[in-house]
Amino acid sequence: MARITLKNLKHAYMPNPVNDEDWALKELNLDWDDGGAYALLGPSGCGKTTLLNLISGLLTPSHGSILFDDHDVTGLPPEQRKIAQVFQFPVVYDTMTVYDNLAFPLRNRGVDETTVNKRVLEVAEMNDLTATLGNRASGLTADGKQKISLGRGLVRTDVNAILFDEPLTVIDPHLKFQLRSKLKELHTRVPNTMIYVTHDQTEAITFADKVVVMNVGEVVQVGTPKELFEEPHHTFVGHFIGSPGMNVLGCEVKNGQAYIAGKRIQTANKASAKAGKSEIGVRPEFVKFAGRGLEARVVKVSDAGRFSVVEADSAGGRVRLLVEEGGAIPSDSAHLEFDPTATRIYTDGWLAGREGQP
Amino acid sequence: MALELKNVTKKVGADVHIHPTDLTFEPGSFNILLGTTLAGKTTLMQMMAGLEKPTSGEVWFDGHNVTGTAVQKRNVSMVYQQFINYPNMSVFDNIASPLRVARLPAAEIQARVGEMAELMRISAMLDRRPSELSGGQQQRTAMARALVKDSDLILLDEPLANLDFKLREEMRDELPRLFAERNCVVVYATTEPTEALLLGGQTAAMHEGRVVDLGPTAEIYRNPSGLESAKVFSEPPINLAKASVKSGWVLLDEGVSWKADKGLANGTYTIGIRPHHVSPVRQSSKSVVVEGKVKVAELTGSESIIHFHAHDHPWVSLSHGVHPFETGRFARFYADMSKCFYFDADGHLVDLAAAGKAA
Amino acid sequence: MNKTVNQKAWFFVAPVLILVAFNAIVPLMTVVNYSVQETFGDNVFFWAGLRWFEEILRSPRFHDALGRQLFFTGTILAIEIPLGVIIALAMPRKGPWVSVCLVLMAMPLLIPWNVVGAMWNIFGLPELGLLGKTLNMIGFDYNYTRQPGDAWFTLILMDVWHWTSLVVLLAYAGLVSIPDAYYQAARIDGASSWAIFRYIQLPKMKRVLTIAVLLRFMDSFNIYTEPSVLTGGGPGNSTTLLSLDLVKIALGQFDLGPAAAMSLIYFLVILLFSWIFYTVMTRGEEQ
Repeated sequence: MARITLKNLKHAYMPNPVNDEDWALKELNLDWDDGGAYALLGPSGCGKTTLLNLISGLLTPSHGSILFDDHDVTGLPPEQRKIAQVFQFPVVYDTMTVYDNLAFPLRNRGVDETTVNKRVLEVAEMNDLTATLGNRASGLTADGKQKISLGRGLVRTDVNAILFDEPLTVIDPHLKFQLRSKLKELHTRVPNTMIYVTHDQTEAITFADKVVVMNVGEVVQVGTPKELFEEPHHTFVGHFIGSPGMNVLGCEVKNGQAYIAGKRIQTANKASAKAGKSEIGVRPEFVKFAGRGLEARVVKVSDAGRFSVVEADSAGGRVRLLVEEGGAIPSDSAHLEFDPTATRIYTDGWLAGREGQP
Repeated sequence: MALELKNVTKKVGADVHIHPTDLTFEPGSFNILLGTTLAGKTTLMQMMAGLEKPTSGEVWFDGHNVTGTAVQKRNVSMVYQQFINYPNMSVFDNIASPLRVARLPAAEIQARVGEMAELMRISAMLDRRPSELSGGQQQRTAMARALVKDSDLILLDEPLANLDFKLREEMRDELPRLFAERNCVVVYATTEPTEALLLGGQTAAMHEGRVVDLGPTAEIYRNPSGLESAKVFSEPPINLAKASVKSGWVLLDEGVSWKADKGLANGTYTIGIRPHHVSPVRQSSKSVVVEGKVKVAELTGSESIIHFHAHDHPWVSLSHGVHPFETGRFARFYADMSKCFYFDADGHLVDLAAAGKAA
Repeated sequence: MNKTVNQKAWFFVAPVLILVAFNAIVPLMTVVNYSVQETFGDNVFFWAGLRWFEEILRSPRFHDALGRQLFFTGTILAIEIPLGVIIALAMPRKGPWVSVCLVLMAMPLLIPWNVVGAMWNIFGLPELGLLGKTLNMIGFDYNYTRQPGDAWFTLILMDVWHWTSLVVLLAYAGLVSIPDAYYQAARIDGASSWAIFRYIQLPKMKRVLTIAVLLRFMDSFNIYTEPSVLTGGGPGNSTTLLSLDLVKIALGQFDLGPAAAMSLIYFLVILLFSWIFYTVMTRGEEQ
């Protein structure tokens, strides 16, 4: 259990990075509390796996340092960092039983058999593995194997952090749900710091207390699920989190106010004084049909069961909005109203007024 | 050019993989096979393609019995969950390969591959090798190859399952458009109810080797024929509870009761209520209170999914907004029972409208 | 699984069947024929029943040859398998040296067998050969044409040199197929190098090693050309392996009956050992 601090951390896979694009991970300062549940979320190639490997020690950063409880571990190899990791594809020791798999990290560290037995039984119970303890690990299903991988981390008492690298990739969709709940439940029972890497917004948000959203090697926002949803600091966050993602509409700015086709749009923030491309961001959840407002034409309705996703063309671009099951949907021309507390102006992608601050 | 399965079964040893199944898919239709893994979707598709021979029954296509016809002789395309491409061919050659097999003139191949690449948005990658593409681009290449020839039957077996979340959203949006102008039979297997709903078309809900429900997708969702179909079509899982109806009242083991709808006969039922009709806030005047111990609260940002136990029965609530709950705490949930399904002892849906009229 | 019944398939298999018939079945039947007959030449044959089999199985000459054969096979397996695994483990798994190592490893396998025999024959000569001369110069009394011990030493050294590469290549193929995540997980679990070998590398190599042992077992039991060129079975009969002995009986003495019976026994011994070994090695997987 430890607090994790990343100081001016940067990494490049090439020896002499010059341009901005040469960095797989751009400069980063973060503080993670002991016992927290964190997620690194972003599309493939955003640098989240690089960051994870830096923390676990499989990579050494080109610049900056990593501290566990104020101890500098930047130069330490993985085995000395006291971390546990669950990989994308389940790693189990095929020839061993489930019991021996769970006992393996303890036995390697010379723990006495009585303690081993106690810990293994405890962890097996937490992971629903008690019934299979005597079975060969190779015979288990993918989700069982992932539970073993996780169990090998939980069984140790000296673990600073447990890292998850897209652990649900090979899990059956209808079991993903169960395992996700299981992870969440486990985190409430064990006080370990957990870091979860994924490209799946649902996994990240359901698991983590705080989500670090990354895009092209850069952290664009760190926040609670609620913050990411309600106040995205970057249009990328708005797009990436939420299904469908946030609407981003072209607009003009005059005196700090936003206008679409000459019509003023009420927003929660003021446009920044900085020059740049201005856009309006509003989530589909905060758009509704109304008697007046932005003119639009309904072009597509998709029935998703408990709600419909409606697509409408406006002067600012395509707008998606959600209509509850049974709600009225105009067939052609309509007016759209944006919730002013959830509508924001963005400059060059960043929330106006907080440019460049994740 | 309809595809018909006539009393088809599949057994492997003593295991029954597909129970007797009749299905008819019309030309130009978009059909979804919805069910969990091992529900029999892939087996059924392989029999449609001719990759597997049914143990009994017949497969007809365009009025001909094709049960014994090898897959090479049928005009079939298939897309798999894994991105299957020829690794040492360029994207262009990958897409062109079925046309070359069909010995089309080079100019036509060029034109059709170009058109298909445009549609799949991979025009810029035609000279690259599959290994140089992202997962999504690889799957688009595999799809382009399947769609470039004019197949009579296109089978897609969970084609989006291995893609990134956002990409899945995008492709789901584009897919129906790709098939809109074709006069072929499209069959699409998926495990995800939301995906099925957004794709539309007609759905065959599958459970343990049986087709448990069949009809237009949204209609099956709103009026499942029975318990199994309702279970298949709910994510998170539908809440089920044993109910007894007596002198005009419905009573659950959970200690919850409400006034029965007109015409609901006395007896025992299983009620099914979807998670979004169980909420931490009161939605309608007909809502009843279900009290339970919170197991896990999952917050997706826009929605909260709360798992709780009421009388040791697992329940799930799905609601808008952020509703944080502490694990282990007792909490009240409001279930809108006007939205619940009643299933009889055999698991069939009770038609309340018909029962009401009769009464 | 049900497959479509298609009689045309036989048409495609027919050439192979004919080839196998000429290559294996017809000669085998001839051998079976000879093994139960006696001949004094002129194509006159008499029924001999199982006499040859009895005679062979009781003959000390056969026992000795079989013993030498088992000793040879056992020794080379005991050296080549662990040595092959060790070399495979030491080989780089990434980078430009991979192909260099692989080509170096493949080289001995490309040399024709009789050339290998001739090479070592000259290599070991006490007066001329690099090996023989060097050993004598540094004080060993080495002469493989006269001393049985030296003959065995050279024979085994030659086989190890020639065939360890095969084990290396197979083991290496098994090793590179292990995903990186396994090594990373093991490091995180605090596993020692020995534990990594014992619980990750060895289990993942098991299949290819089974194949390696089977191939080396069968090949070494059938070995003829190399020892025949190197020692010719000598000095005396000290390195006369089964195959050498068989040829001596069949072609040297023209005892076709006993030679045929011996061939069949030889064949059954290989089959039996291979079967036992394969069953034992694969039994664990079915559980």
